[in-house]
Amino acid sequence: MKKFIAIVGAVSLLSACETASQKVVTGSTASTSSGSTSASSSVEKKKSLFAQAKQTAADKLIAVGDRVLFDYDSAKLDSGAKILLDAQSRFLRANSDLNFIVEGHCDERGTREYNLALGEQRATAVRDYLVIQGIDPERIKVISYGKEKPAVVGSNSMAWSKNRRAVTIID
Amino acid sequence: MQYISNKNKILKKLIFFILFFTSSCFAEDLRININSGQVDPLPIAIADFTGEKGKASETGRLISQVISNNLVSSGQFKAVDSAAFIAPPTSPSVRPNFTDWSPLGIKALITGSIKNVDDQQIEIEFRLWDVIAETDLIGLRLSVNSKAWRRVAHIISDEIFERLSGDSGYFDTRIVYIAESGPQDKRLKRLAIMDQDGENHQYLTDGSFLVLTPRFSPTTQEITYLAYFKNEPRVYIFNLETGQQELLGSFPGMTFAPRFSPTGDKIIMSLATKGVTDIYTMNLNNQKVTRLTNSVSIDTSPSFSPNGKKVIFNSDRGGSQQIYIMDNNGNNVKRISFGKGRYATPVWAPKGELIAFTKMLKNKFFIGVMAPDGSGERLLAEGYLVEGPTWAPNGRVLMYFKQEAPKDNGKSSSVNLYKIDITGFRETRILTPSDGSDPAWSPLLPN
Repeated sequence: MKKFIAIVGAVSLLSACETASQKVVTGSTASTSSGSTSASSSVEKKKSLFAQAKQTAADKLIAVGDRVLFDYDSAKLDSGAKILLDAQSRFLRANSDLNFIVEGHCDERGTREYNLALGEQRATAVRDYLVIQGIDPERIKVISYGKEKPAVVGSNSMAWSKNRRAVTIID
Repeated sequence: MQYISNKNKILKKLIFFILFFTSSCFAEDLRININSGQVDPLPIAIADFTGEKGKASETGRLISQVISNNLVSSGQFKAVDSAAFIAPPTSPSVRPNFTDWSPLGIKALITGSIKNVDDQQIEIEFRLWDVIAETDLIGLRLSVNSKAWRRVAHIISDEIFERLSGDSGYFDTRIVYIAESGPQDKRLKRLAIMDQDGENHQYLTDGSFLVLTPRFSPTTQEITYLAYFKNEPRVYIFNLETGQQELLGSFPGMTFAPRFSPTGDKIIMSLATKGVTDIYTMNLNNQKVTRLTNSVSIDTSPSFSPNGKKVIFNSDRGGSQQIYIMDNNGNNVKRISFGKGRYATPVWAPKGELIAFTKMLKNKFFIGVMAPDGSGERLLAEGYLVEGPTWAPNGRVLMYFKQEAPKDNGKSSSVNLYKIDITGFRETRILTPSDGSDPAWSPLLPN
């Protein structure tokens, strides 16, 4: 007789060391809330200063333009996207102490796995363009979220167009 | 948890016995026809399983309820309300008085009993009777841990389904899926598992990282899936016995869309790097990685044929997303979907005669089936978004998920699991504690 193996062990043992996922900072909602008051140790103070500087840079990146949009089922950068990425590359060059992540996203009108691949294509298109502009490829990582993290919730073409995006954030 | 207690086999003894009270033992007349979509369900009576000395038993009542729910959910059976029964439940070792049952229009009768063997073990027995031919068709006695009564009810359901349909059952199975909660733009996703009927629900991850697209191993108590652990999307294997997850290999980019090979010794999946997504296999015994496609397009959602010789996948190499077939070494790539629209997520039926897929056409999504050569396309379900079909192990039922259209005021929409008969009838929602997506049906559990 074959052995029946019961399920053992409930919830995962692996949650402890998860790092908080980077949030996509959208529009003007970015806050400057990281000024921790418990600056009893200099290390914490430094950390907090660093976090503040990072937040300021993140705000500036949004002001420069952190995202480009794509056509349906396309990872091609149009001329508007290229103009925005030209400005973005100047920002990256001016902040040479920072590393970046380009997040690729899709609208929900595609299948999950295909969209993961398409999001990777979109993020890579942005990264490749920035590299051509002279940014060190080591400074830019890409990640695809497919259709998992819409910027706008809605079942209309306006929402979908805003979700077909690649967003550059500070690593 | 129902039947944890220990990792030992829970089905200590599995004694099949078929005794025939009459000589007309091959009464082939009592059959359901599962190939026709709209059927008159077979009227069946499922008596409460009797307890010690023929007395009523609470567990016995629950067992017959589980069997009844299973059989009715298949659409092939109509359970006659026990309130209408003339005779009290009898022990399966007693030949029933068929004239008590036939006037109610009942064609098949199930009797059963449950008794304690010791503190932990119980013995459950059942018999299926043909009321018209006045004969017994099948019987089974199982000695199990008392916590395993629910599984026994599923095993009995499978025996009955198999005897009356000629096809294997699918009730002693589980579903792994992604439990969803929270607003759409900040969705919490957890790996979850439950019995096929929604019981024994349990979360396997805690939602601290994104998880997607779980699939069962055909041979072991393992699940392969995509996890954004430490924010790096990679394929993992989750061991249901230990509760631990293991990273699969080391790749220079995102690995995703994993599935086991039919023998369970390989994972087939996609690797996306530098804007190109191709299909790879990884041998789980020696970690050998083999690249199957080499195109500049998106090649993903691969699925092996049941004999392991072919692979179907979707690709946009021809301009739009379509389904392709190739040999298991990547040779002889051929497009097989030629209908209107985009085709995605092909998955091979357990017996190989069909593939199920997701289709996108004119702002609608469909779940359909076609022959592996692309002929005979039939669309079974549709919606604002339906996606990701998975086969019941007998190939009679598909499960998938359906998302309602989000409200344009930014309110999230619900996402739920559904199943449908491959005849296209009986679309039924699977109830889950919260929203659910990406279901995967297990094989029949080993006993």
